[in-house]
Amino acid sequence: MQAAMNTKRNLVTAALVAPAAAWLCVFLVLPFIAMLIFAFGERAPEGGYQAAFTFAQFANLPTRAAAFWNTLVLAPVGALLCLLVAYPVAYYLAVKANPRYRLILVSLVVVPFWTSLLVRTYAWMYILGSRGIPNLLAMIGIEDVRMLNTPGAVLLGIVYGYLPLMIMPIYVSLEKLDRRLLEASADLGGRPVSTFFGVTLPLSLPGVMTGVALVTILLLGEYLIPQLLGGGKVFFIGNALVDLFLQSRNWPFGSAIAVTLVAVVVVVLMVAMRIAWKVAGTRQVDLV
Amino acid sequence: MTKWYRENAPITADKLADELMRLKRGSVTRRHFLGVTGLGLATAVLARQPGLFNSAAFAGDLGTQMSIATWPNYHDPATFEAFTAATGVAVEVNVFGSNEEMLAKLQAGGTGWDLFVPTNYTISTYVKLGLIDELDMSKLPNYDASTETARFTNEGIVEGKTYAVPKNWGTTGIAVNSNKIKAPVTSWKEFFDVAITEADGRAMVHDYQLTTIGNALVALGYSFNSIKPDELVKAEELLIRVKPHLYAINSDYQPSMRATDAWMTMCWTNDGAQLNRDMPEIQFVLGKDGGEIWSDFYAIPKSAANKAAGYALLNYLMTPENAVKEHIANGAPTTDSRVLKLLPAEVTSNKIVYPDEAALTPLEFGAAVTLTDPGRAELMARFKSA
Repeated sequence: MQAAMNTKRNLVTAALVAPAAAWLCVFLVLPFIAMLIFAFGERAPEGGYQAAFTFAQFANLPTRAAAFWNTLVLAPVGALLCLLVAYPVAYYLAVKANPRYRLILVSLVVVPFWTSLLVRTYAWMYILGSRGIPNLLAMIGIEDVRMLNTPGAVLLGIVYGYLPLMIMPIYVSLEKLDRRLLEASADLGGRPVSTFFGVTLPLSLPGVMTGVALVTILLLGEYLIPQLLGGGKVFFIGNALVDLFLQSRNWPFGSAIAVTLVAVVVVVLMVAMRIAWKVAGTRQVDLV
Repeated sequence: MTKWYRENAPITADKLADELMRLKRGSVTRRHFLGVTGLGLATAVLARQPGLFNSAAFAGDLGTQMSIATWPNYHDPATFEAFTAATGVAVEVNVFGSNEEMLAKLQAGGTGWDLFVPTNYTISTYVKLGLIDELDMSKLPNYDASTETARFTNEGIVEGKTYAVPKNWGTTGIAVNSNKIKAPVTSWKEFFDVAITEADGRAMVHDYQLTTIGNALVALGYSFNSIKPDELVKAEELLIRVKPHLYAINSDYQPSMRATDAWMTMCWTNDGAQLNRDMPEIQFVLGKDGGEIWSDFYAIPKSAANKAAGYALLNYLMTPENAVKEHIANGAPTTDSRVLKLLPAEVTSNKIVYPDEAALTPLEFGAAVTLTDPGRAELMARFKSA
């Protein structure tokens, strides 16, 4: 009886998992294996891939050190800036906003997704271009401000583009917050600031961590924003990959960089999450 | 049903309207429509006259859509609309930033392009890789090799076979906003000098190794096509020294020049003509120390999904009356003397489009190896990621 139920449960689980598993196998695992094979190959004379077994592509990785560095710096910095902007918004939505309008306000956060990121980033090109904000600044006497095609413009584009992805998970974790804990803190003499840092923030850490991880992972593969707002001068690893596949047609080297990027992302995230959960875990223990 | 019509031709007006609606709804093929209405025969007769309705364009079923890969700001959109109106084939236009990108897409396969616009130095590589077919000249009755300028057309011919026919020729020069930059810019050496001084933060180079590295080589006194390692090292030093002063590395420079975000850029003839037409303060100059002269071609990929439509559009574009409109819109000089005769005088007298022969003398055609050389590709990547 028990065994039969287990078998049935297993079958149901298998049926539920199968579509996703098949999808991942065909579109993630198999391409990744192909990429691994390519990474040890050679560039054909006119470009593309030819079979070989060499570590030359990996030995060549230092030539893209600047792109790796830009990505590994700008992705976490972008995610943290996103967090700084997103947290107050999420806090307002979850705690302060009038519950009657909350749903409308939350859906407003998602509205930008109705327009393609490409179009919205293009709009920033005009806002930051010399006929945009710099032109307004010139009217009040601040001349020759350069905004477009700078690392600052790329950061701005990143924060703008990824903000909703940061707000949502933080909002969800703050919404679940038990208000009685805040009252208890106040009853015990905690001032608003210490209540925030002692109670609210630690309890919303899972949302913060999800948001930071989500945005950082997506940023590590970012291509569009640096291309449009960085003028091709702020170079991410995503841009290096596009160039290798679409310009110099060096598939093996492109594959080696992609494999390395995946490895770096996995290691960085595992370490970061381990540390973060440890911090969050001890804080929660303190509370109890 | 078809048999009934064959036995009872000519068709009545009602039935013609009926068949036309069926064709429009897609219930019947164009071949069926032309057959039952007798229009096919009429068209075949008319096609003996040169002009819009020619036998090649209507010989087979052209389908309802096709796709072309080309460069930004390179066609008169009305050309494709007129082609669609004449043939019922909708044209999807894909725009690219470099020949390498086109080559990469064709190498990867599955592009679906039925016609594309490669530049002179790529054609031998496409032939070598088996990516394009020899053109069937019987399907291009409107092309006339005898009216073409051999200097611009010969790279479409590989081992005596015609793989591509010319679209237009042009040069790679310098566009300068003379309201903003007062220093003289007449050579590539001066281009790079001004880029780090008067045009600091305002100059653009192409996101394209062939021209960006080529022009840096020219500025240093070397050949545009050099692949010598020691000369490339010097070019890399120059580019990396200039990079912090650049406004952008981008082949789509028209928006930035028009907004005066950028004051100076590497520029192709047709863009130079368009910019100068709309903003006379933007001047187009050829490097007196050298640079590039090129011709763009039309070719049909081996993998084309709708070759019949590819040939039909190509033949349409080779008709001088249609080509003239294209040339007026895009501003590049023509290779075809039939078209040259039809162009208005203000176009043919425009020194940007038709410069004096003396200005062209120092220019070089890009070489096939310049495009495919891995050393240049890596140099460009190092320049961009530096």
